[in-house]
Amino acid sequence: MNKILEKEHFSEKVVKLIVEAPAIAKSRKAGHFVIVRACEHGERIPLTIADADPDRGTIMLVVQDVGVSSHKICSLEPGDCLTDVVGPLGQATHIANVGTVVCCGGGVGVAPMLPIIKAMKQAGNRVITVLAARTKDLIILEDQVAPWSDEVIIMTDDGSYGTKGLVTAGVESVIKREKVDQVVTIGPAIMMKFVAQLTKGYDIPTMCSLNTIMVDGTGMCGACRITVDGKTRFVCIDGPEFDAHKVNFDEMLMRLRSYN
Amino acid sequence: MSDNTISTSAPRDAQWREELRKATPVKERTAIPRVKMPELDPAYRVTCNEEVNQGLAEEAAVIEARRCMDCPDPQCMTGCPVSINIPGFIKNIERGEFLQAAAVLKETSALPAVCGRVCPQEKQCESKCIYHKMKKEPVAIGYLERFAADYARNSGEAQAPAVAPANGIKVAVVGSGPAGLSFAGDMARRGYDVTVYEALHEIGGVLKYGIPEFRLPNEVVDVEINALAAMGVKFVKDCIIGKTLSYDDLHEIGYKGIFVASGAGLPRFMGIPGENFNGVMSSNEYLTRINLMGAGREEYDTPVLKGCRVAVIGGGNTAMDSVRTARRMGAERAIIVYRRSEAEMPARVEEVKHAKEEGVEFMTLHNPVEYLADEKGRVCAMRVQRMELGEPDASGRRSPVAVEGAIDEIPVDLVIVSVGVSPNPLIPNAIKELEVSRRGTIVVSDDTLRSSVNDIYAGGDIVRGGATVILAMGDGRHAAAAMDQSLTSL
Repeated sequence: MNKILEKEHFSEKVVKLIVEAPAIAKSRKAGHFVIVRACEHGERIPLTIADADPDRGTIMLVVQDVGVSSHKICSLEPGDCLTDVVGPLGQATHIANVGTVVCCGGGVGVAPMLPIIKAMKQAGNRVITVLAARTKDLIILEDQVAPWSDEVIIMTDDGSYGTKGLVTAGVESVIKREKVDQVVTIGPAIMMKFVAQLTKGYDIPTMCSLNTIMVDGTGMCGACRITVDGKTRFVCIDGPEFDAHKVNFDEMLMRLRSYN
Repeated sequence: MSDNTISTSAPRDAQWREELRKATPVKERTAIPRVKMPELDPAYRVTCNEEVNQGLAEEAAVIEARRCMDCPDPQCMTGCPVSINIPGFIKNIERGEFLQAAAVLKETSALPAVCGRVCPQEKQCESKCIYHKMKKEPVAIGYLERFAADYARNSGEAQAPAVAPANGIKVAVVGSGPAGLSFAGDMARRGYDVTVYEALHEIGGVLKYGIPEFRLPNEVVDVEINALAAMGVKFVKDCIIGKTLSYDDLHEIGYKGIFVASGAGLPRFMGIPGENFNGVMSSNEYLTRINLMGAGREEYDTPVLKGCRVAVIGGGNTAMDSVRTARRMGAERAIIVYRRSEAEMPARVEEVKHAKEEGVEFMTLHNPVEYLADEKGRVCAMRVQRMELGEPDASGRRSPVAVEGAIDEIPVDLVIVSVGVSPNPLIPNAIKELEVSRRGTIVVSDDTLRSSVNDIYAGGDIVRGGATVILAMGDGRHAAAAMDQSLTSL
């Protein structure tokens, strides 16, 4: 049982939770995720750790209310408990000083991007962050990413905030103006697919962090399998981060619809 | 708890055993037909998850026990991976001392109620029974083992094993499957302060997430776990050693020894086209969703894909568990697709029999070569290659060879791939000093089960790659004895 200490609504459907998990707060690194079960009869679902406070023994999760389990988690209040939180899982992000890094996050994908932005900056990179969402209310964590970014570019589909346009337009504007050494993309699979297509054209190494269907999260079930460079990989133990240019996003999109 | 006490608890030369042998002439014993296990009706059992085998009644158990001739040199024991004193417990059943029988079992086997249900007896103890020489069916050792263990459990009189005074030494166990549980029990009995770490949210490992309730009810496993807890064993769920807690963390907590029993984690796939289509999944995923997560039951959130025509690839026990589960989930056709013939199937004979009774079709000497999907990416058919048996391979079984050009296409809407598992890489990845084989198993010394790292011992499938409950349990016992010796000789 892991107690929820704080809750904040980023938007109507997006909630930030600060959850007690001392061992995980101590051992997690950027890129790691946890498996959460909201209640006794609940599903096990993966959520990336957005931040952690080892002194306080807490982790930060950002959850979008999109289905049965995320709805249950979003309905919990401070003082309530998540029945299970297990982790940290997956491989930590490979962080290096490569020069200029563009971190582009879409929707709730900005949450798992936050620790990567921090780590990239701390490693000495020039970090340009592109935040994208459908509309202004869905842009999250702008204040949290700003201190770790040399520049923050906001993109909204409807132009209600920042520049009107898709995330790819924001990323391309940077590529056209200066040398970019690496791109990191986290968000909906379809968004990552198009970011990967864009950067492939410019031959810029691009890493994506994938969120697939999982059950155990430790390599046991294979529900999360995807194809990378023609080979089957498990997102839970081989990932969640992969070379975006080698991921078969069409297959991943198909597999995400397994239970729809 | 030295090894020589194990086989002397019910010695063959005890007066009661001599009297028992004389009481019934051999001819009378051998004339008794082997007992039949009472089973639920197949038509009923595919509608529910109730245990198929109902267990022997007392009277039937005593009669079956009478068949055992109490051989001077019991070969059955040589067939048992942990050398259970088989005549010792069976003769106790014959004389009506059922709790004594259970006590004899408990000396060697930490989980007799489990092994009585899931051991491949026909390949182990029962295969060595003297009755085979008389061209008769062997004594039903497995049924009797289960009977004694169940009797003790249901009597409420089962004695908690005596626990030695606490020695204050902390040991950690990684994984709560059969190897981990038996190790934990043996160390607790020796007075150690034992903590078992489990990655999932339930204790029991494969006994819970893998083996379905119709073969092994969770209640049977829970009784064993509760008994360990009563002996002082601590259980920590949702904790992954190598992730949540590191090897160094374990030292910081004060553990002097670590037993790794993390099991065979990764499902194998065949690497054929279409294997990632929706509706193709591993048996681990299928069984975990249903057994551990409650998928298919009203009040549980976890979904599972249902199929009308379900193919299960493989011929092992997990394949049988999957195909029989598919029938219970409403599949009209449930087919085992296996590349060798039925004679080479690794599954227990009883599982194959039960599957057939439940309407499962067997497509042997066939191997899938490709899956086809509809426009939404859901599997809709499979192409299977007909096979024939060639020369024996490394496993001694005749290896299947493709019959050129003989490919059939059959409609399916769910495929469960059950072609084996690989060792879980979590621990080897986290502890770099650990010597690992080419197959990914942890390398240990045969006699002590100690790894290349001094305070780490390992057993079960993480060492064997994919074996049985009884072998895993035996490893737990051997590792406990070796670790105890090493820690007390310091």
